[in-house]
Amino acid sequence: MAQSSETNKNETSVGAIAVKVDDLTVAYNYKPVLWDIDLEIPEGVLMAIVGPNGAGKSTLIKSILGILKPIAGSVEIFGKPYEKQRQIVAYVPQKGSVDWDFPTTALDVVTMGTYGSLGWIKRPGQKEKKAALEALEKVGMLPFKNRQISQLSGGQQQRIFLARALVQNASIYFMDEPFQGVDATTEIAIINILKELRKAGKTVIVVHHDLQTVPEYFDWVTFLNVKKIATGPVKDIFNDDNLTKTYGINYKVSIQE
Amino acid sequence: MSNAQIEIQLIASLVAIACAIPGTFLVLRKMAMISDAISHSILPGIVIGFFITQDLNSPLLILLAALTGIITVVLVEYIQKTGLVKEDTAIGLVFPILFSIGVIMIAKNANDVHLDVDAVLLGELAFAPFDRLIIAGLDVGPKSLWIIGSILIITIGLLLAFFKELKVSTFDAGLSAALGFSPAVIHYGLMTVSSVTTVGAFDAVGAILVVALMIAPAATAYLLTNELKRMLIYAICFGVFSAIAGYWLAHVLDASIAGSITTMLGLLFLVVYLFAPRKGIIAVMYREKQQRTEVSLLTFLLHLKNHSEERERHVNHLNEHINWQKVRSKTVLDLALKNNMIQFDKNIVSLTEKGEQFTSQAIDYIITNQDNKIEHMKDDFFLFRG
Repeated sequence: MAQSSETNKNETSVGAIAVKVDDLTVAYNYKPVLWDIDLEIPEGVLMAIVGPNGAGKSTLIKSILGILKPIAGSVEIFGKPYEKQRQIVAYVPQKGSVDWDFPTTALDVVTMGTYGSLGWIKRPGQKEKKAALEALEKVGMLPFKNRQISQLSGGQQQRIFLARALVQNASIYFMDEPFQGVDATTEIAIINILKELRKAGKTVIVVHHDLQTVPEYFDWVTFLNVKKIATGPVKDIFNDDNLTKTYGINYKVSIQE
Repeated sequence: MSNAQIEIQLIASLVAIACAIPGTFLVLRKMAMISDAISHSILPGIVIGFFITQDLNSPLLILLAALTGIITVVLVEYIQKTGLVKEDTAIGLVFPILFSIGVIMIAKNANDVHLDVDAVLLGELAFAPFDRLIIAGLDVGPKSLWIIGSILIITIGLLLAFFKELKVSTFDAGLSAALGFSPAVIHYGLMTVSSVTTVGAFDAVGAILVVALMIAPAATAYLLTNELKRMLIYAICFGVFSAIAGYWLAHVLDASIAGSITTMLGLLFLVVYLFAPRKGIIAVMYREKQQRTEVSLLTFLLHLKNHSEERERHVNHLNEHINWQKVRSKTVLDLALKNNMIQFDKNIVSLTEKGEQFTSQAIDYIITNQDNKIEHMKDDFFLFRG
C-alpha cells in the first residue's frame, strides 16, 4: 500500500472506513444479483472490484450510490447514509450508459458535475464554468471544450466523464469500467489521474476487467461474484486461490512484480 | 385579416410553443410514442370531466384528463416491468383500450356531450374564436386562448426553473440519481406537463395534431443543432411557423386547419431531413462519397510512397497498377493536385513534401487511432471525422 495514503490516514482519524456495506442484497425481478454483501473500504485506497460478467460489480456501485434500491442491507459513507454524503461522492457511470448523440458539448457535460453542489433550481455560473474548464485541462481535453460529444473518440468521451467526476471535488470516487474501449494513451492518462487522487488522500473504487493490470494499478482489491469472495490489500489477497474462487475455473494469472 | 383569423393563428402558435417544449425532451428521451398514447387515452378523462363539470374548458376537466394521461404512463410502465411484453407493445395495449372506453362513453351519452369522435381526432380550431371568455360582462377573448396561454406560462416557468435537472436526467439518469435529482420525480413532472399540455391543446387541435406538434418540430430541430437550448428554440420556431403557414394553407385550400398544419410540419421535416448541413441525407451522402475518394487518395499516395520504380508511377499506367476506372483516377488525381500532394515530372508522378508528410500522418493515425495528432486535418478531410 502506498506510503502517502498511510500518512494521510494518520492526519485524519486512523483507519477511517470510507465505505461500509452491511448485509446488502439486491435483486432484479426477484433474482438476487448480490447476496448478503459485507464490505469495508478503508479511506485512501485505490481499489479494484473484479469478478466475471454478471457478478454484480456495477450493481454494487449503483446500490451504494442509491441508484438501485436494495431489498436488504445498508450502506454508510464515513458513518452516514449516502443521502447525507452526496457532496463528497463522485460517480463515473459506464460510458455506454448514455446517449452520446445528445445535443451538448464537452464543457457542458463536465459542468454537470457541479450540479450536485448547486442543488435544485440554481443554475451554474462563472465559478462552475471555471471549475469545469480546470477539470478539462487536467484530463487534457481543454482544446475540445466546445466539441459536440458525439464528435469525440471513445477515449476522449471517457476523459470527459472523468473530468465530470473531478469537478465534483469529492472524497470518494466510484468508477464503472473507466478503461473500457479506450486506447493505451488514455488508459495511462486515466490511471495517472487516479493515482494522483489517491496521493491526495481520496478513496477511489473502480470496476475493473483486466486482471493483468490489477497489481500494477491498484493497492486494494475486492473479489465479487454475487457474493463477496475476498477483500483486502492486493499484495496479500490477489492470488490464484481467490481468482479461482471468483471465476469458478482454475484461474492462473501471471502476476507481474 | 379579421379578428377571428388573428385569434386562430395566435391559438395555434401558443399551442405549438406549449407542445414543442415537452416534445423536445420526449424526443431526446426516445419517448415520442408516449405522447401518442397520452393524447388518445385522455379521452375518457375528458368525457368523465365533462359529466362532472358540464364545461369543456373547466380547469377541473383539464386536471382530470391529465390524470388519465399519468395513469396511462403508470400502466405502460407497470406492464413493461413485468417483463412479459416490451415497451412499445405495452403502449399499444394501454392507449387503445382507454381511448375506446372514451369512445363508448361518448356514444352512450351522445345527447349530453357535444363531443364527436371527428372533433376529438382533428380538433376544431376554426370554431375556437366562437367560445368566448366573458369576465364581468366583458369579452376578453376566446377561452382556448386563455387556457393554452396559462398552460404555456406554467410550462415556461417550469422549464426555466428545472432546465438543468431536465438536461442531466435526460442525458444521464444514473448521474442524476447519484447527484440527488431523482429521475423518477423529473420523469413524472415531464409526463404531467405533457399530459396537461395535451389536454389544453386537444380541444383546439385534436389528438393527432397534438402528437405532431410535440414530435415533428423537435425531431426537425434535432437535425440542425448540437446544443439543447438551440434545439428548444428551433423547435419552437418550427412549430410556430408550421402553425401559421398551415393556417394559410388551409385558407387557400379551404381544408382542415389541423390537417394543413400537420402537413406543413411534415414538409418542413422533409426539407430539413434532406438538406440539413451536417445530419441531412444529402450531406451524409456527400460525406460518404468524399470519404471514399479520400480513401482512394490515400491508397494512391501510399502506392507512390512505396514504389520508386518509374514504370509504377507513369501517369499512363496508373490505372492498370491501381486497377481503377478512369473517372475515379481523375477525381483522385485532381484532389491530390489541388492539395499540392503530388508533382509531375515528364509524366512521372511523385509525392511532394506535403504529400509525404500527409501520407505518414494518415497511416500513423489509422494504425494508432490517436486523435490528437490529426486534429488540424479534420477540417480539410472527411476521412478523419469519424
